[in-house]
Amino acid sequence: MKETPLSNCERRFLLRAIEERKVRDRDTPPPGQAPSHGSAGGVRASPHLSPSRRAPARVVTLLSALQRLDGRQSYDYRNVRISFGADYGCCIVELGRTRVLGQVSCELVSPKLNRATEGILFFNLELSPMAAPAFEPGRQPELLVKLNRLLERCLRNSKCIDTESLCVVAGVKVWQIRVDLHLLNHDGNIIDAASIAAIVALCHFRRPDVSVQGEEVTLYTPEERDPVPLSIHHMPICVSFAFFQQGTYLLVDPSEREERVMDGLLVIAMNKHREICTIQSSGGIMLLKDQVLRCSKITGVKVAEITELIQKALENDRKVRKEGGKFGFAESIPNQKISAFKMERAPVDTNDVEEQAEEIITKADPPSDVIAKPIIRMPGTAQIGEGLENSWGDFEESEREEEEEGNSDDATTSGGQKMETEEINIVSKTKKDDDTIILSDSEEEEVVILEPEETHKKTRTHTTAKQENSSSKKAFNKKRKKKRATH
Amino acid sequence: MGSEPGGCALRRFSCELGPLGRPDGSAAFLQGDTSVLAGLYGPAEVKVSKELYDKATVEVMLKPKVGLPGVFEKNREQLIRKTCEAVILGALHPRTSISIVLQVISDAGALLACCLNAACMGLMDAGLPMKSLFCGVTCALDATGAITLDPTAKQEKEARAVLTFAISSVERQVLMCTTKGTCSVEELQQCIAAAQRASGAIFHFYRDSVRRKYSKT
Repeated sequence: MKETPLSNCERRFLLRAIEERKVRDRDTPPPGQAPSHGSAGGVRASPHLSPSRRAPARVVTLLSALQRLDGRQSYDYRNVRISFGADYGCCIVELGRTRVLGQVSCELVSPKLNRATEGILFFNLELSPMAAPAFEPGRQPELLVKLNRLLERCLRNSKCIDTESLCVVAGVKVWQIRVDLHLLNHDGNIIDAASIAAIVALCHFRRPDVSVQGEEVTLYTPEERDPVPLSIHHMPICVSFAFFQQGTYLLVDPSEREERVMDGLLVIAMNKHREICTIQSSGGIMLLKDQVLRCSKITGVKVAEITELIQKALENDRKVRKEGGKFGFAESIPNQKISAFKMERAPVDTNDVEEQAEEIITKADPPSDVIAKPIIRMPGTAQIGEGLENSWGDFEESEREEEEEGNSDDATTSGGQKMETEEINIVSKTKKDDDTIILSDSEEEEVVILEPEETHKKTRTHTTAKQENSSSKKAFNKKRKKKRATH
Repeated sequence: MGSEPGGCALRRFSCELGPLGRPDGSAAFLQGDTSVLAGLYGPAEVKVSKELYDKATVEVMLKPKVGLPGVFEKNREQLIRKTCEAVILGALHPRTSISIVLQVISDAGALLACCLNAACMGLMDAGLPMKSLFCGVTCALDATGAITLDPTAKQEKEARAVLTFAISSVERQVLMCTTKGTCSVEELQQCIAAAQRASGAIFHFYRDSVRRKYSKT
């Protein structure tokens, strides 16, 4: 489906909601001059605010909670929820309502020619058609290319995964690690959710163990030897900032509505050691140096929180697996959730299926008789069965009668009888001959030969003959076809 | 409770109705470790090339977890689409499209049946009019001819034949049948009978989960 563009009134409403926030935020020192703000944009009520026609409304809004459309403050992140699947390397990350599924898989391949001792990393983010009505299958929007590229820069170029450890036999076999990310629901800030899903899946993944002894390489199945985790140096996580009003106002972790009206986006990928892995500004906004610095400070705080959450989730999962408890997506659905329902193992009584099946088979119609063998008439022609009675003859009879009636203006009933005699003659003459058409002569009328080179003769013949001729030609052709069919 | 003869029991079922906010209807269906997420949009705008003047165009997209969709997915999509078309009252929404997107979250056996179940729950969640509900049941026949319902991936690999049926809730009619492997006519009928029994439990599960969801309204 085509993307529905945001209507003007909705755009105005969203910008106004942000404008309201910004007007209140003007109480606090402007962005460039103040040091850190912490995690909440605090606002103090002040009587020195510039007068505006919204003054009475502002009083009300000052008292009410100062929130974005979904109830957050400017620097608040949405809730991050991580759940793991039954197999290693599978996870679902929910950032608010944005949901991303991540799966890591590995394969032994030959390495790239210019990097013979390094493994290969492959990232693929897909926008599933279920995520938003505008995402159609097979069409690669610019957004997808941009997200994929950003993800690659964040994870591959930052060297968070040790690719040297993925080498099995230098120049011959290396591990190719493939990360597939699927966006399941789009509620804004895809890149953050995707980067979290990617790094969590990579940390969760276990590859099969390999041992190299001289020339011999042994690959162990998961049953033989426990699979080993990947060697990960650090965990880069992206944090997005949406800018409004020519870069003067920013919101962290924009939701889908906010993304639609933003002027520009700044994405900073950082790890918990406060190292910037990637930074990208798009949308054409011009940022001041101190704005960028402020954003990076906020990023540091957020990344520390998220990394701690990831570690906790991984630890929980590891513990559950070790203790032999139940794990997987089924466990991650909370029992109290009213829209979720679980049923234990349900036995099915299949004791008398054999009797039921017998009954059905005996009641059913017996299979039809075997078809007769084909009779070969001549090379290339065979006959199977008898076929139905050819009813085309009746059709021709009735049509001929209709034509006779049509010709009644210039041909009397005797003329009709004449035609019949003609045709009988035609039939007798042309049974064997296909090419030359010889019509018998009848005493009454000049009979015209149906050959192309003699058409000029036809034009000079009697008009009545011409009319009769055309009808007889039609009937003749049909007779010919009928004779051919019955052969 | 492992006392049933031949291991005829369905694995643990779980479902979540409406986990996603954007699609018109969505459902997550879990059978043991196999899990499929269905997202539905419909009735919605349809491309003129695919428009049908008298009924809704049903489209199914099955997305595998790793890699691009291939022939296997296309085959499954056709089977699911035919089943849905037989059940959805498309004549009530002509010149519209109903798109069903199925994402494989994990595959541990009986994937097609899980997709069918997720699709049906998604259709219920979206509120689309249907003639009947349908469910998917997988039967595996091992070398001795014993029937195993809802097989795991290991059981499917070792089985002589794997049969999947889509059973309708009205009189337990068979809407769709697909087999892999060889089996005799009697065995096929036995599997159909077993699948019809199992579908009773699945429809009960549908009813209970929907009742639970609407219990507070």
